[in-house]
Amino acid sequence: MKTDSRLEKVLATGELAVTSECGPPRGCRPEKVKEKAALLKDHVDGVNVTDNQTAMVRMSSVTAGILIKQMGLDPIIQMVSRDRNRLAMQSEILGAYSFGIDTMLCLSGDHAKFGDHPMAQGVFDIDSIQMVKMVRQMRDDGLFQGGAKIDGPPKMFIGAAANPFADPFELRVMRLAKKVKAGVDFIQTQCIFNLDKFEEWMKGVVDRGLDEQVHILAGITPMKSVGMARYMKNKVPGMDIPDSVIKRLEGVPKEQQPEEGIKMAVEAIERLKQVKGVHGFHIMAIEWEEKVPQIVEQAGLYPRPKV
Amino acid sequence: MITAEQKPIQEIIGYIAPYRRILLAGCNECVTVCAAGGRKEVGLLASALHLNHLKQGKNIDIREITLERQCDPEYVEELAPYIDGVDAVVSMACGCGVQSIAARYKKTPVFPAVNTRFMGASLSQGVWSERCKGCGDCVLGITGGICPVARCSKHLFNGPCGGTSNGQCEVSPDIDCAWRLIWERLKELGLESRYEELMEAKDWRPGGAGGPGTIIREDLA
Repeated sequence: MKTDSRLEKVLATGELAVTSECGPPRGCRPEKVKEKAALLKDHVDGVNVTDNQTAMVRMSSVTAGILIKQMGLDPIIQMVSRDRNRLAMQSEILGAYSFGIDTMLCLSGDHAKFGDHPMAQGVFDIDSIQMVKMVRQMRDDGLFQGGAKIDGPPKMFIGAAANPFADPFELRVMRLAKKVKAGVDFIQTQCIFNLDKFEEWMKGVVDRGLDEQVHILAGITPMKSVGMARYMKNKVPGMDIPDSVIKRLEGVPKEQQPEEGIKMAVEAIERLKQVKGVHGFHIMAIEWEEKVPQIVEQAGLYPRPKV
Repeated sequence: MITAEQKPIQEIIGYIAPYRRILLAGCNECVTVCAAGGRKEVGLLASALHLNHLKQGKNIDIREITLERQCDPEYVEELAPYIDGVDAVVSMACGCGVQSIAARYKKTPVFPAVNTRFMGASLSQGVWSERCKGCGDCVLGITGGICPVARCSKHLFNGPCGGTSNGQCEVSPDIDCAWRLIWERLKELGLESRYEELMEAKDWRPGGAGGPGTIIREDLA
């Protein structure tokens, strides 16, 4: 074991891991973090805590992560290169690990254009792959990015994202290979709606033997309505929503669409369980955390392994 | 070259409101090429200011001059014969030119008439696009001649982010994804394998993080 991360331990058992996420509030209301996290308790192996997602200011991911940790859950703090330079990232990591947070996800982050501070200067001192390498060096070599020794290095289980649906498609396996080379331990993918394309990407991943070097958690998002599906198709960058998804949701009355969305998510999990190299699921129920336990249970992923 | 665009006329009028005698200085270099502050634009701006003051019933005296280069003390010196006869200078050069004038003529206020935008190249008549951030440590030799610092909205060094859509940047469908361009170029050159080489975290010092840059050429100085 490289770390004390629960996610690492679960993955080491060979069982399918389950993670979900919790978006911190846009204000100083710690109870909101706790309410959301409590919905996920016992049903997941880790809770991603997003970092100013879609470039909107929120409670910091490390702070919300500490609140979640104190509840006895396992936060996976997300960190974007948009908002911090390498000094700020490393100091946050030291702080997070001091509170027992041992799992994180390294991301570039949505451009500030999408958020409520489009006039902000993006930092982008290092990119997500360089961040992975930095965190690995902090853990394995006990060195800061600048080369100085760390007095008590943080032992982070290191994640990154992959979007098999962004183009150029032919680059997407190579980009994963680069993250593996940088030292990533696990990957959480973009929400998967185009399962055929995902499977094609996974075949490329397996052909290169990358599935032996990194754990891939397939991203699952239940659709609440056909409106949400249309919005994601048209407005969210890097999202691939096939027309069949929209047609299926259109085919049921509005009040039954949430149920249908959950059914589709469970079906996707069942299908992706069979895909070589998929080692778990990352369930992103956007502002719908209360449905995560149901999805986990219906997909046969409950109870979670005790590690 | 350095590209610029003329400021809104009202902003320029605001700057010069307290003054009557204006020296309007263009530059014959980059801002001439990008049609923001050359001889022609000096003439047009002078006419616009005259017209505005006429409408307001005010009197303004504008002397027009276009220097070979406003960023060069040798040419900035050419303003010396006129400077005592004016209340303010309006420079149509880039920020380098404005500052050269301010440094040389300490008692005369100087105002910019253009917004300096970026180092760019001309794509077609009337179209300029950013190409260089002056990062001080050029990576074009390993990125197929396409700059990820200037042309990727997140200046990523190791490939496209997850927001690329139809080959375009998530920031705007009008912006090409720099990494799509780099990848296509590497393929054309048969250098695909280069993509998988990790690019290390950049040292930003030569590009400005180390403080304002200075070049001293001992052989010329």
